[in-house]
Amino acid sequence: MKKVYFMKLGLLGLFLFATLLATAQTGSISGRVLDESKKTLPGASVSIKGTGTSTSTDANGNFKINGVNKGTVTLTVSFVGYTSAEKTVNVTGDVRVEFSLQPSAESLNEIVVVGYGTQKKSDLTGSITTVSAKDFVKGQITTPEQLIAGKVAGIQITSNGGAPGSGSTIRIRGGASLNASNNPLIVIDNVPLSESGVAGAANALALINPNDIESFNILKDASATAIYGSRASNGVIMITTKKGATGKPTFSFSSQSSVAENINKVDVLSARQLRDVVNTFGTNAQKALLGSANTDWQDEIYTTALTSDNNLGISGSFKKIPYRISYGFLKQNGTLKTGKLERNSVGLNLSPTFFNDLLKVNLNLKGSMNKSRFADQGAIGSAIFFDPTKPVFTTPPNYVGSFGGYYEWLDAANAVTGLAALAPRNPLALLDLRQDNGTAKRSIGNLELDLKMPFLTDLRAHANIGYDISEGSGTIVIPENAASSFKRFNAGGGVYKGGVNNQYKQNRTDILMEYYLAYSKELPSIESKLDVVAGWSYQQFKTKNNNFADKTFDGTVVNSPNFAFDIPENRMLSMYGRINYAFKGRYLLTASVRRDGSSRFAPENRFAVFPSAALAWKINEESFLKNSKVISDLKLRLSYGVTGQQEGIGNYDYLSYYNLSSNQSMYQFGNTFINMFAPGGYYGARKWEQTETLNAGLDFGLFNNRITGTLDVYKNKTSDLLNLITQPAGANFSNQVVANVGDMENKGLELNLNGQVVRNSNFTWDLGFNATINRNTITKLTIAPNPNYPGNQYGGISGGVGNTILINSVGFNRGAFYVYQQVYDAAGKPIEGLFVDRNGDGNINDKDLYQYKNADPRAFLGLNSNFTYKKWNAGFILRASIGNYMYNNVHSAQGRYTSISSLATYLGNASASYLDTKFNGITGGVNQLQSDYYVQNASFLRMDNLTLGYNVGKVLGNKASLRINASAQNVFTITKYKGIDPEINGGIDNNFYPRPRIVSLGLNLDF
Amino acid sequence: MKKNYFKLALVSIGLSIGLTACTNKLELAPTNDITSAQVYSTAAGYKTAFAKVYGAFATTGNQGPGSGDIQGIDPGFSDFLRLFWKAQTLSTDEAVVGWGDAGLPDFHSMNWSANNPFIKGLYYRSFYQITVANDFIRQSTDAKLAQRGISGADADNIRKYRAEARFLRAFQYWALLDLFGRPAFVTDADAMGAALPQQANKADLFNYIESELLAIEPLLAAPKTNEYGRADKAAAWALLARLYLNAAVYTGTPKFTQAVTYSSKVITQGGYTLLADYRKLMRADNNIGNTEAIFTINYDGLKTQNWGGTTFLTHASIGGSMAAAQYGVDGGWGGLRATKNLPNLFPDVTGTLDQRAQFYTTGQNLDINDIGAFTDGYAVTKFKNIKADGTPGSNLTWMDIDFPLFRLGEQYLVYAEAVLRGGTGGSLATATTYINVLRTRAAAAAVVQADLSLPFILDERGRELYWEGHRRTDLIRFGKFTDASYLWPFKGGSKAGKGVESWRNVYPIPSDDLVSNPNLTQNPNY
Repeated sequence: MKKVYFMKLGLLGLFLFATLLATAQTGSISGRVLDESKKTLPGASVSIKGTGTSTSTDANGNFKINGVNKGTVTLTVSFVGYTSAEKTVNVTGDVRVEFSLQPSAESLNEIVVVGYGTQKKSDLTGSITTVSAKDFVKGQITTPEQLIAGKVAGIQITSNGGAPGSGSTIRIRGGASLNASNNPLIVIDNVPLSESGVAGAANALALINPNDIESFNILKDASATAIYGSRASNGVIMITTKKGATGKPTFSFSSQSSVAENINKVDVLSARQLRDVVNTFGTNAQKALLGSANTDWQDEIYTTALTSDNNLGISGSFKKIPYRISYGFLKQNGTLKTGKLERNSVGLNLSPTFFNDLLKVNLNLKGSMNKSRFADQGAIGSAIFFDPTKPVFTTPPNYVGSFGGYYEWLDAANAVTGLAALAPRNPLALLDLRQDNGTAKRSIGNLELDLKMPFLTDLRAHANIGYDISEGSGTIVIPENAASSFKRFNAGGGVYKGGVNNQYKQNRTDILMEYYLAYSKELPSIESKLDVVAGWSYQQFKTKNNNFADKTFDGTVVNSPNFAFDIPENRMLSMYGRINYAFKGRYLLTASVRRDGSSRFAPENRFAVFPSAALAWKINEESFLKNSKVISDLKLRLSYGVTGQQEGIGNYDYLSYYNLSSNQSMYQFGNTFINMFAPGGYYGARKWEQTETLNAGLDFGLFNNRITGTLDVYKNKTSDLLNLITQPAGANFSNQVVANVGDMENKGLELNLNGQVVRNSNFTWDLGFNATINRNTITKLTIAPNPNYPGNQYGGISGGVGNTILINSVGFNRGAFYVYQQVYDAAGKPIEGLFVDRNGDGNINDKDLYQYKNADPRAFLGLNSNFTYKKWNAGFILRASIGNYMYNNVHSAQGRYTSISSLATYLGNASASYLDTKFNGITGGVNQLQSDYYVQNASFLRMDNLTLGYNVGKVLGNKASLRINASAQNVFTITKYKGIDPEINGGIDNNFYPRPRIVSLGLNLDF
Repeated sequence: MKKNYFKLALVSIGLSIGLTACTNKLELAPTNDITSAQVYSTAAGYKTAFAKVYGAFATTGNQGPGSGDIQGIDPGFSDFLRLFWKAQTLSTDEAVVGWGDAGLPDFHSMNWSANNPFIKGLYYRSFYQITVANDFIRQSTDAKLAQRGISGADADNIRKYRAEARFLRAFQYWALLDLFGRPAFVTDADAMGAALPQQANKADLFNYIESELLAIEPLLAAPKTNEYGRADKAAAWALLARLYLNAAVYTGTPKFTQAVTYSSKVITQGGYTLLADYRKLMRADNNIGNTEAIFTINYDGLKTQNWGGTTFLTHASIGGSMAAAQYGVDGGWGGLRATKNLPNLFPDVTGTLDQRAQFYTTGQNLDINDIGAFTDGYAVTKFKNIKADGTPGSNLTWMDIDFPLFRLGEQYLVYAEAVLRGGTGGSLATATTYINVLRTRAAAAAVVQADLSLPFILDERGRELYWEGHRRTDLIRFGKFTDASYLWPFKGGSKAGKGVESWRNVYPIPSDDLVSNPNLTQNPNY
């Protein structure tokens, strides 16, 4: 590790040397820009008056302008929302200045990115939250959305587990749909991204380097989102990446190294406990299967994982063209052995202007390449289930030669493989013997041209052409001797072949073309200001999936596909318009409308119109508040709008298409086998799902904005839910289709509070708090109300085949657990197989299932705190979730004796909960799996992040500034939940890749 | 400078034109999937669509064993035979299953509800085949063939396909009639999805099935002249015989004479003979030289893979100390066993006195204490993925064994029972001969005419046809399915067995269909 750092330092030295050469004849100005609370301000622009030379501050608020002619110059610093400052500097050589900016008297002037344009924060009528670079979560952040986790009310970001590069589930106001998507629309630099993943990458967003991101704008209510009409009902996240600056190049280098280690293990029986249990309750045959080893299989499959993340950003201007170039290299290992990720990412931004600034050009190109080795996550379940009395490797006398020397359950009766059927396979062998290597390349880019009409400068024409292309490919290779695929294919003549030698490849080509006109006019005579936007948009989402044969290790074809490839595609065509009208600078009106067409609907239902309207009143600018010492900012917002959704449905199935069967699904007539053409299910009447949103909000600032906050209440009603409904038998080729049936409501309250608790020259303390309450209710699921219909069951669980635990029922929260009510004995222990006969018919059957709790939190909270003391700073983020429940599938499927022994040929292991319940797994049958006993309270308080930083200041002969930091992520979790982690998407805890604790050390060097 | 503006204007205009040109781009079609007009444009296309009419009951879906035509049920559970077999067998004395799949234990405990996933799956699977058949029948009218320029031998073949599609539809309506009594009803005469289907009543449905089978009889190929796996006249006769035998249950009007007529037709005009060895009926290569099978569902370990059918029957029957390799499979699933009532039908369980007794008893208890324990209850070894030469089938996971929906053996028993129940046109003497043909083949002692009685027939059917999906229908016809007069272990959920409500003689119409089709009403008491 040390060596690598020295090399990096050496490289930096070279850079510095080059810079020195360039500046030998002139002087330089460097310094730092701080805000009112002495926090550094990244992205502030610094220019030398009258020269056109400018730069902007880096992530640590530092700047440096090289090559300044000696003499006195005036330096100007500006930042949106702050009053600009000037200082006169005598450049005698390398001089240093420091600026402290104060928030501008005119409340918040921050520019907020909205759809098809920007707005001053103070002029917003919708519910939009901005998180900019200085407020990002610190530490080892490898995927963009984690930068804002816990920071914003109304948005819940749950990582999908600890795998390298794995993504998160993002929910804004709980999401608006049942079966369609609940993912927000993500727009990067004005390019809306497709929802689908990229093959060969764990998560498509992980192909974006978080270090390139300047800000997030989260659009929550319909007034803000309706301009993205069709895809906006789950909210919109607009990500803006860093731009170039003018002036000599400045370099910003950061390096982060971290160690990840799992905190918890799933609590299963130890070898000793298992021996005790089997010797007490087992048959002689079962006792004979016990081994003598003491293996903790979870220790075997998990490891301590190192990650390093290095980033270099260069910004400046070349021949008056501002540029920013960045390069990042991330190397992340998973705590599950063999998993790893290497990401190379580059970014380029050019933002020149032409024709006296009439034409502004903005070019963004981002590219990244992820190379991953995916660990077989089946090993997680296998490790929990594998008999701990067995060794990892077979001892030499019993060495079979096969299976790579890994211990496996054998069964001599199985003449071909010699392996016990249905037995778990050696967890470590699953990892070690599987080479699953994927490469994902993705490039997102766009070219924006913004032209002020020379004859009418109030009118701008804006064109945006963007693309998002990716190629994911990979190979899966498993050797012939691996038990997981041993002799899996009968090649004929008594020859069996095993192993895997497969490949996959996918290409995605998404294209965006947009064109809009924007007109902006001050009308002083009537104290009005008018902004109008009207435009078009066309987007195509096209994927080519190549199909390859399934082959054994030696290349023998097991089966081959009918078609070499498939190209699913959908397109959208839209027109949109928006009016912003301000009267007397304090009465604001926004109205927008969008008409969307999607190729996924039949022509008669293809287009839909999504309108919105909003009013805002800047109360603090009224005469009665203008001079208030207490209230420095007060704005009331009201909005209503309709948004839509067309995700989660087929691209073409408004018509019935016939699908040719694969070569494993042929039918035999005589001696020939024929591929079958099957008519597909269809639904022609399908139309857009629509969500109406009502939002009322209050933005406030007290004591000269020392305390600021936002309170929003909202009610979303989704109607014509794109919902999987059953079809009348005989009326369709599919018994379930996605149709527009059902209504759902989300009601909620969001509070964001930010306060500067202490503010003096040496010490500052900032606190941010956010709270969200969301109530989801399904109000309709069938065309006509039907009291006998419990609802749609889903949420598969393990422990049997085809069992589900969740239900969507009218009158309940989406995804309620659908369970039997457990009966307990006097001591409070659950009695196996005994449930309350809730309908009193003397039978326990599915009519006794009831809706009990759900996985959605009743409330979730975030608290972040930042301290600075002189050159030190420290911060933490706490996140809490209240009232969310989890189905503990590990306890239900493995907390019983049948988990130890179900077939005669092998033993398994049980969850430690077996010691509490002593369930035999037979008495309760399947009903026991569906007991409310396993629905456990998973409320939690988690410290996500703890950071400590020290600003070293000038190093390397005053040429560079250095900041070092240390952080810990996933610091602690307080919960009553009995499983491995209370925070698992979907509310079903089964084979979860544990979230490790991560400790990182990092440095930032700017020069 | 002016020139530049001009250029700029051109760029802008160019861009907007580019966008306008996209307006028509919302019409898209899939890459590999095609429309019905394309499928049905050639005779070869007709055959691929026709294959699906059959394949609909042999596979779970179109894309291998993980795919499903039926939604809302695990794909592996969703083929016709697995679902039909469970409904017909697990609900009776013939079998229990030890697995914890939601809704599965309800069959044996006889406490199923209208939300049972297996009952729903079965109902929708039957309707899936009916819907696919209706589609094919609509597409293969003479008018459509003429319109598509298909004539001559091609057209003749397609007319045969059409008759067979009608047979398969009639078969599924028989299954629905037997299981559900009053299912929804749609034919090719109803435009697809145009109106909500109406509910059938039992008598009308019975008449419809009968009339369809009689109507297609002349159109179907003569017995044993069609390609293996395809229905012929004898298949229609066999289904008629079965339908008539149960007519009293379905409509209240007995039709035993017709049952005698049609079982006789199969026996005397079909040209079928029993296989020499009963124990080789359910083997990997039973498609070759099978003189007894009248109509089969065809499976293949490589080309017709699914987790149901005989793959399920073979794997699920293996557990305990059974050596999987002896059955030509890569492992047992440890699920299915018989209640003691089944082995008790035989003079001994080893097969010495009746070769039809195929049980595995080592380490197995005759009595069942725990349904979840595989070792409680004898295992049944009827299904073996082993070929005549003793080698295993083409695949150890997916079985090659074809399943006879109709075989000659059943027709002998239909004949005998129909005669006993007063059907005319046959004789008890012939019935005795037929029964003895079955018994002799199995090396069981012959019976005399005086032995023939209805209880004997029920037992003989149990011995001959067990685990072939007949038992529930038989017990209902003999009044013993729900009744307390005949018990088996864990009948009605009680270890000793108990009677249940007689309305459970039909299964409930699945809630899913009631919710989506207001024309339907639930069967009484559900």
